Amino acid sequence: MTLKEKIMASQIWKSIFRHDFEDTPSNRGKVIRSNVFLHLHPLRIPEHAMKIRFTWCMGGITFFAFLVECITGILLMFYYHPVIEYAYMDMKYLQFDVPFGQILRNVHRWGAHLMVFTVMLHMLRVFLTGSYKRPREFNWVIGVVLLTLTLLMSFTGYLLPWDQLAYWAITVGTNMGAATPFIGVEGPFAIVDKFNDVRFVLLGGTTVGANALLRFYVAHVIAIPAIVFVGCAIHFWRIRKDGGISRPL
Amino acid sequence: MAEETAAALKAKERADKKKKNPHVWPELPFKELMCAVVVMFVLIVWALLLDAPLGEIATPSRTENPAKAPWYFIGLQEILVYFDPWYSGVVLPSIIMIGLMAIPYLDTNPKGVGEYNFSARKFAMVNFLIGYFMWMFAIVVGQFMRGPSWLFFWPWEVWDDSGHHDEITLFNIDNKTSIIALAIYAIVGFALPKLLKMKWAKNLDWTRYTITISLLLLMYLVPVKVVLRQIFHVRYLIATPWINF
Repeated sequence: MTLKEKIMASQIWKSIFRHDFEDTPSNRGKVIRSNVFLHLHPLRIPEHAMKIRFTWCMGGITFFAFLVECITGILLMFYYHPVIEYAYMDMKYLQFDVPFGQILRNVHRWGAHLMVFTVMLHMLRVFLTGSYKRPREFNWVIGVVLLTLTLLMSFTGYLLPWDQLAYWAITVGTNMGAATPFIGVEGPFAIVDKFNDVRFVLLGGTTVGANALLRFYVAHVIAIPAIVFVGCAIHFWRIRKDGGISRPL
Repeated sequence: MAEETAAALKAKERADKKKKNPHVWPELPFKELMCAVVVMFVLIVWALLLDAPLGEIATPSRTENPAKAPWYFIGLQEILVYFDPWYSGVVLPSIIMIGLMAIPYLDTNPKGVGEYNFSARKFAMVNFLIGYFMWMFAIVVGQFMRGPSWLFFWPWEVWDDSGHHDEITLFNIDNKTSIIALAIYAIVGFALPKLLKMKWAKNLDWTRYTITISLLLLMYLVPVKVVLRQIFHVRYLIATPWINF
């Protein structure tokens, strides 16, 4: 008995991997079924659904980009303080002092752009293949919500570097909130003043300042990603439950 | 003998079905892994070649001009030229999101599931693609063709004020005329598909038909307003002390 065989025959190994590795139909099923990540897949799938030219792999790439954003984001959190005295300095610190800081920030920034871009293409693909039709209607709705959350996730992250670009983009963006009919101070038929309208809720003030930075930070690093995680779980689960990946009838 | 052939046929059928529904392992996870490797490679090369932008430190007293939104929201900022903020920044995006969510409940055509089938769902395809294209178009114009004060510049032009941005005097169409025009727009929009006996319109019940047409008329109002503004210099169709459109 070689060492490899001994290890693979041990109780520890067998408690972790509950199948053999011989290429048999039964093992192919067990590999998928006994792994929490792989079991997102069904055991068998229509041939066309494995083709990149059918799916463009856009949903998968979007999810992968989200994971990249989570990992690089957590690493960036070690070097970032969401207060106006430090936020911009931390950017410079990342750029010039932190080992691999610049490339870490670059991957996070470009990954966010990639995620927004691929989620748009994913929606286009799902439309073109008619994959929103009965019984998949509700999963399309969840998808639209996830698309919106992706945009918001990217938008809240935009303020965090606290540079001119960020400051004025968020000023322009949140001024839209003030233009909301009824509940925005500058909107038509306003029934609120500038201390209790939509913009105030978004910014924690009437202009972009320390409170806005903190609010956007909390939304960016925990509130929205947490909702996105749950949304993804439902989205993936429902692919299976609502008739599997779309196929010609 | 006959029984044997039947059994063999059945087995063959089952084998065929399995062939069309192959095992996920190992092909699909392998493809996904390769996809992840390629994306990660692209991201790293991109990050090595191009630094994330960082401007000067935020200074509330010094306005940035142009102050551009991130590219995915720039379409809405571009629409600000044509509509007031309450519409372009709040109401229109809300309608777009609700409209997108409504698509599967409005499109009752059962054809074209799981395939790229244009001819079986021409109406849905054409309108969705026009909407999608308008979104992309607004993003491209806003991102690459707008300079200081949101003036129009071709991408190869220098951002200076060299005179081709003459002040254009805009005027408001009188409210009565506009309301009549909008009413005609709505009536024609509602009647035309039924009168032309378009296939999709015949198959829709009244609720779905009304919502579909309303959403489409709102969508096409955007390019209509762009033309009115750019060619006929119209600022508002409806101007009141409370709300402008």
